Amino acid sequence: MRAYWRGALAVYRKDLLLEARSKEAVSTVAVFSLLVVFIFSFAFDPSPRTLALVGPGIIWVSYTFGGILGLNRAFSHEKDKGTLEGLVLAPLSKDAIYMGKFMGTLTLMLIVELLMLPVFLFFFDLNVLSFWFLVIALLAATGFAAVGTLFSAIAVNTRSREVMLPLLFLPMALPVVIAAVAGTEDALAGRGWAALGQWVQLLIAYDFIFIVLSSLTFEFVLEE
Amino acid sequence: MASAQQVRQRSFTGVAGLGLLVIVAILLLVDLALIFLWAPTELVLGEVQRIFYLHVPSALVGFMAFAVVAVGSVGYFWKRTAKWDRLAHSAVEVGVMFFTVALISGAIWAKPVWGTWWTWDPQLTTTFVLWVVYLVYLMVRAYVPSKDQAARYSAVIGIMGFPLVLLVYRAAELWAGIHPGTVVGPGAESDALDKDISLVFTFSLATFTLLFVYLLWQRVLVHKAEETVEELRASIK
Amino acid sequence: MAVSLHSVRHTFGRTSALLDIGLGVAWGECVALFGHNGAGKTTLLRIMATLLKPTSGTMQMAGHPYPGDRSLIRAATGFLGHQPLLYDDLTSRENLRFYGRLFDVSDVESRVSEVLEAVGMERMAERRVRTLSNGMQKRVALARALLHRPKVLLLDEPETGLDQASLTLLEQVLKDSLQTGASIVMATHDVDFGLRLAHRAVVIDGGRVVKDVPASEMDADALRELLAGHREHTP
Repeated sequence: MRAYWRGALAVYRKDLLLEARSKEAVSTVAVFSLLVVFIFSFAFDPSPRTLALVGPGIIWVSYTFGGILGLNRAFSHEKDKGTLEGLVLAPLSKDAIYMGKFMGTLTLMLIVELLMLPVFLFFFDLNVLSFWFLVIALLAATGFAAVGTLFSAIAVNTRSREVMLPLLFLPMALPVVIAAVAGTEDALAGRGWAALGQWVQLLIAYDFIFIVLSSLTFEFVLEE
Repeated sequence: MASAQQVRQRSFTGVAGLGLLVIVAILLLVDLALIFLWAPTELVLGEVQRIFYLHVPSALVGFMAFAVVAVGSVGYFWKRTAKWDRLAHSAVEVGVMFFTVALISGAIWAKPVWGTWWTWDPQLTTTFVLWVVYLVYLMVRAYVPSKDQAARYSAVIGIMGFPLVLLVYRAAELWAGIHPGTVVGPGAESDALDKDISLVFTFSLATFTLLFVYLLWQRVLVHKAEETVEELRASIK
Repeated sequence: MAVSLHSVRHTFGRTSALLDIGLGVAWGECVALFGHNGAGKTTLLRIMATLLKPTSGTMQMAGHPYPGDRSLIRAATGFLGHQPLLYDDLTSRENLRFYGRLFDVSDVESRVSEVLEAVGMERMAERRVRTLSNGMQKRVALARALLHRPKVLLLDEPETGLDQASLTLLEQVLKDSLQTGASIVMATHDVDFGLRLAHRAVVIDGGRVVKDVPASEMDADALRELLAGHREHTP
């Protein structure tokens, strides 16, 4: 158990340090998410009438596609520079590496989600500071990171990785997107647990199942 | 070199395969006859309802295939022997076919009945997602440099797909729940079935299942043969 | 035995890099691997480092059976390949600190300083790896391989890109390791360097071991000719 967390935290701290140095991931993903929001704004005309309908959709499209961009980075540098091998050589069970990468990806996603909140607040006047919305954003980001970390490791080893990652990730992310959009709609409308409960429960179930499964199958991806 | 026993085994496989093919072919013909000549015309929907005998069995068999994929993937993950991977791979290939039929027939049914080609009811949504997962499974195998990686990565997809299917179904169900009236679909036909319709449906399902077994078996054999050829090639060098 | 391989074979797709490799290395022994490019040296080293899976054959690394518990093997093996496996945007010290934690080195800070000194990079430890020359990066990579005090060192052409000073340093570091009882398997193109350091010379050709003799018995010139491409005489 100690070895597991030692390894996971080592990987996590290393990635945080790298990101703090280059600041590459947060800036690119944040800017990209912003652009997605603007494009979808023009596509869907977010006037006050339509906002209640399209608001949640725009939010989650932005988070999903920004998320994919962020996921790409989990392993692309490691693979390109060869440092992925350094991780394989470690006397560590592979699920520890998964956990480290998962925590790093989740952190990145949460930071971007937070950065986007002012955008939704000011440009669309959406009540995103509601407690339930934040809960849903957290749970959904966890789900994205759980599944995305695993599939990012797969995609990086395929011939057409920029295409393979969305193909692998999006079908898997569907339950999260459905729950997040529906839950966000409820949250922004101020509805309580009676309406939101089922979505939150679904997200929690998703997160739990896929963190466990991804941990277990990760060795299959990073093995020799 | 093949032992006498292996040669005998292969001839048995060949004969048994042929036998099964004949049986399946006959059953399919009988099935068609039943569907178009014997089954009663449904009161509400009319002739187009006969598609039901094609659509639902295809979808169910597609899901059956996925059970095989999940088993094969877990088996490969656990035992790491090629036969599990072959099983999963073949099941995906056959399953994709059945799902394609299910999706198209579902659309053909939906249009005259509900005026729309597609609905997001839980069953169709789940079928569609699984169909996409199958395609991604096959793409990953094609886009990966080594066979070993292909087997491992697709086993991961096969394993992850199982809870995904359940979660997608649940999510779509909940979503349909809060959007009543906008989501109807072929799956909504769950009322008690007329005895004769039930009979033909069951016969159809059995036939399709047998067809699935036959195709799966043959596909596994083809994969095995391909692997044998590769091994021979490698050992010649 | 520190290392023992029997009938190891490696096939990738349609090509077989290794056909039938048998090799044994005793504790405290240094084996130099010679061979043409493409003879299979790198593949062999990567298999021993558990980065590649052998298609068939048996293997024991650092006293532990393979596959078995690969963590035991990895904890006792140090690998220096063609790539340094360092993070460009981190300093040498930060890189080593990371690997130290990853490999559960108990006294990380002092050990990191120790290996940096051993490879002569202590003064430049706070510079980002990106700013270091290839030769210096190689030194830090060597430090990384030694960090966790491995019992078996696997080196793939460690002399490439090193100037004379670095080469002398490398030789010293490797000799020091051998003193502590560690074993070394080193692929090299530098015949003199290899024969000087090694107890045994092994020649790989076409995926097989074609020669396995004590280094003193290996004729340096004949070996050089062989490696230069004149295949008529195996020394």
